[in-house]
Amino acid sequence: MGKLSRDDVLKLAKLARLDLSPTEIDSYADELSEILQYVEILQTVDVSGLEPTNQVTGLVNVTRPDEIRDYGYGPKDLYDNLPAMENDQLKVKRMIN
Amino acid sequence: MSQWPAISQIAADVQSGTTSARSLVEKSLRIISEKKSFNAVMCTLDDSALRRADEIDVKVAAGESAGQLAGVPFIAKDNFLVFGAETTAASNILKGFTAPYQSTAINLLEAEGAICVAKANLDAFAHGSSTENSDFMTTLNPIDPAFVPGGSSGGSAAAVVLEMAPFALGTDTGGSIRLPASYCGAVGLKPTYGLVSRSGVVAMASSTDVIGPLALTVADAATVLEVMAGQDDLDGTTIAREAAGYLVGSTDLSGVKVGVVTEYMAEGVAAGVRQQIEAKIDLLKASGADVVEISLPSLPAALAVYYILCPAEVSSNLGRYDGQRFGYSHKDAKDLTDSYTQSRSIGFGREAKRRIMVGTYVLSSGYYDAYYKKAQTVRTKLIKEFNVAFETVDFLIGPTAPDIAFRIGENVKDPLKMYLTDILTVAANLVGVPSISIPAGTSQGMPVGLQIMSAQRSDRKLIAFAKGVEGLTS
Repeated sequence: MGKLSRDDVLKLAKLARLDLSPTEIDSYADELSEILQYVEILQTVDVSGLEPTNQVTGLVNVTRPDEIRDYGYGPKDLYDNLPAMENDQLKVKRMIN
Repeated sequence: MSQWPAISQIAADVQSGTTSARSLVEKSLRIISEKKSFNAVMCTLDDSALRRADEIDVKVAAGESAGQLAGVPFIAKDNFLVFGAETTAASNILKGFTAPYQSTAINLLEAEGAICVAKANLDAFAHGSSTENSDFMTTLNPIDPAFVPGGSSGGSAAAVVLEMAPFALGTDTGGSIRLPASYCGAVGLKPTYGLVSRSGVVAMASSTDVIGPLALTVADAATVLEVMAGQDDLDGTTIAREAAGYLVGSTDLSGVKVGVVTEYMAEGVAAGVRQQIEAKIDLLKASGADVVEISLPSLPAALAVYYILCPAEVSSNLGRYDGQRFGYSHKDAKDLTDSYTQSRSIGFGREAKRRIMVGTYVLSSGYYDAYYKKAQTVRTKLIKEFNVAFETVDFLIGPTAPDIAFRIGENVKDPLKMYLTDILTVAANLVGVPSISIPAGTSQGMPVGLQIMSAQRSDRKLIAFAKGVEGLTS
């Protein structure tokens, strides 16, 4: 893995929905390259015959009954944190210009 | 001498009417105010705490039981949702966010009479090892304010050592309870993955996030875990509590098999730290413990595994902060995509953005196998090595951190150097085993922490052993 270019950083920022300043682009190109350089150590570890671990305590398909329960709060309690509302609905900016 | 008796004693005194819950809350709020300059606490919850204290005092006066933690004040890291209180996770993007519900851990503590008096500072979204990544302020180390308290639960650790409350809650994704406990001289307990519900706690890296207590004694930490542990249908990753609970167990050290981790005592660990850990090992041997050296060869790769998995999961968990449903929302966006982008760019701090970028990279098409999948496979190797080790020893020990606390500002310009402070703690998170940091003397006047790990679901045994080690004095 070589050094990340400014274009690489800009592409990642777009995927992550981040708008970076020119200074941020430069510093992230350096810092991300250094971090990715550090994790290169993994390529030297022999993992033949091993499967990846996604869950450490061995739980599989934990489910609960699909039923409405009263947890002491409802939709109206969540409205207070909505940035914009109209007619009891969440209001967002237009999607298509 | 601590300003607070043992937690079980405080609760007994409240229940018997010797002490009132109100006086305990007032005392806690007074100490918080006196020691405000350490920036351990972001806000106090005076009204709700005093109201709850009065409710408990009324219960006691009526002859009712007020619970195992009756009237005990505590401080929650600000990534715990506390009903009706602002919860920011020390991030600008959540400034002004009022929790519409409450975390399960706090519900359980309140049901036993504990009272949340304040919210503690942290690195924003728990990303960091020093609290310097907090978007609002840096907490100072209670032993020497020129040093960091460690992180990310630095406010919680400092608060406990400053005796603002008998215990505090923290979260530990890669060492965030144990590292600040080590730097400040507190006890920090990271339970087995899934033992405490994370419902209502701001998510960081979901495959390693755990909740645990910080206190001044192992017994106090155990008293808190006893109340919080167990399955919760609001968190599908939770596991059953041990039937015997967490308060009992043999503290006898004779014949106990202890493995000193070779890689944890190697080059890179400061001489002063190693000296204190070796002193504890000598005391263990003198108490009849069977101490051997044990090597886990993949440990040097653990931090690299962590710094792939953690940012990957962070980038996913922080995807929900899009400025539409809660948190900071940019007013002048021209369309929806612009609203997402501007809200996130202004709302997130540097470290959150850095982790989102690394996570986006390692999860992106073409790199997923080389980074994320490879890291998850090395994780398997690490788990196997721990399993083998726990076939021959009951406990693995070593230092919690390679050095004492660093100076404020020393590592802020070098993110990788900051990440390296977690090098001895991340393995327990990746493997899911319980781990505790207890004070083990000082080096250059600053606290050193001894880390003890045991097999998954053996938290009770770990706590009992840690109590035994805590009692060892030369």
